[in-house]
Amino acid sequence: MLTKRIIPCLDVRDGKTTKGVRFKNNIDIGDPVEMARFYYEEGADELVFYDITASAEKRGIMIDVVQRVAEEIFIPFSVGGGISSLDDMRQVLLAGAEKVSINSAAIRNPSLILEGAKAFGSQCIVLGMDVKKVPVTPAIPSGYEMVIHGGRTYTGLDALWWAQEAERLGAGEICLNSIDADGTQNGYEMELTPLISSHVFIPVIASGGAGIPEHLCQVLTRGRADAGLIASMTHYGTYTVRQIKAYLKERDVPVRYLW
Amino acid sequence: MISIIDYKAGNLTSVERALRQLAIPCRITNDPNYILDADRVIFPGVGAAGEAMKVLKAEGLDQAIKTVFLSGRPLLGICLGTQVILEFSQENNTSCLGLLPGEVIRFPSPHLDPNGRVLKIPHMGWNRVEWTRDHPLIRRIPPESHFYFVHSYYPVPREASAVLGRTDYGELFPSALAVKNLVALQFHPEKSGPPGLALLKSFSEWEGKDVD
Repeated sequence: MLTKRIIPCLDVRDGKTTKGVRFKNNIDIGDPVEMARFYYEEGADELVFYDITASAEKRGIMIDVVQRVAEEIFIPFSVGGGISSLDDMRQVLLAGAEKVSINSAAIRNPSLILEGAKAFGSQCIVLGMDVKKVPVTPAIPSGYEMVIHGGRTYTGLDALWWAQEAERLGAGEICLNSIDADGTQNGYEMELTPLISSHVFIPVIASGGAGIPEHLCQVLTRGRADAGLIASMTHYGTYTVRQIKAYLKERDVPVRYLW
Repeated sequence: MISIIDYKAGNLTSVERALRQLAIPCRITNDPNYILDADRVIFPGVGAAGEAMKVLKAEGLDQAIKTVFLSGRPLLGICLGTQVILEFSQENNTSCLGLLPGEVIRFPSPHLDPNGRVLKIPHMGWNRVEWTRDHPLIRRIPPESHFYFVHSYYPVPREASAVLGRTDYGELFPSALAVKNLVALQFHPEKSGPPGLALLKSFSEWEGKDVD
């Protein structure tokens, strides 16, 4: 049986992680390569690196990080943030990432999904979606709207429509981030996630709101997500990937474990 | 020396990196001569069967792979490399290399599990392999290990004896094949963590005999 995936997400700025992980021994490590290695050994199923480097001239640093990560870990990982052209995708994939995640660039230029899937295969193309709950209107019939700029700009696109459109264009997977739930640690968005997941045939990674292992259990069962993204709950040592998986396994959620 | 066949299909460097981590000498090549003189050959790949066969034929790699197989030297297929080893693929209705009798078919769409739930295509993520028998390449793999899959098509060899392992995704499909000096995997050992690396390590030491 296909297992549900647990995917730590690392935000990287100028080659350093913005949230240092406090490991068991209470040492802060801001090196994304070290953190990747730690999560790999702990049994993370996949990793996501999100490049929040502001300036274009420092982009090369991220490519170097991707290369070094690829030499250390032997599980898939994706890279997102600032990817807006086929050339950006090619650089990241050649550096050793398995997948690229595109978000606002795909909204500006939907053919980027099509061209990326054609050039590198659908399995490489992850559509990142930032979504906010809004009143139901004729323009937004699902009551969920696509937003960009960290939620400050509304795009007028219905989230459910966009998910299906991206699938049609060739996206291989969706990383679905609820801006409302993000950072709260109060749990994933439990209406949005099953809505999107049950209306597309590609896998959906739930993102935003994870605080305790029960949140993952909820979103991977009732929420119908194929994977759960986690950040703060493991970065600060509150939980380990191993503990989360043990919790899920006890509740008969299929997970991969290394022990 | 292990030659990794370059036919412009996906991320070959991940196989190379995994072998380098294991300190196994290897090279990525599209030169048939470097494939014919290698001790062992890995035939990886991600992408579509039609385009893959086009490139293999154009560069004379199809003949080189057949020669390696017939020579008895160890040959490892991965993902798309596994699929094009069979005779025919439903993907782009492609005539393939035909090293093994059989064909490559797509998961049904919609694909339902026994409870009537829709299973997503591609089959993407970690799943188990039920080994059907012993083989030198799988002895270092701990029981109940998971491997990383990403595919929409899977191989169906005509001879049931060619199946080394099966995986459950709505149905049991062949996920590992073994015939003589050939082992062909639908999953990605280079992205499957420690059990995948263990398999690659065993391949680097294998002499190409199915039973020893």
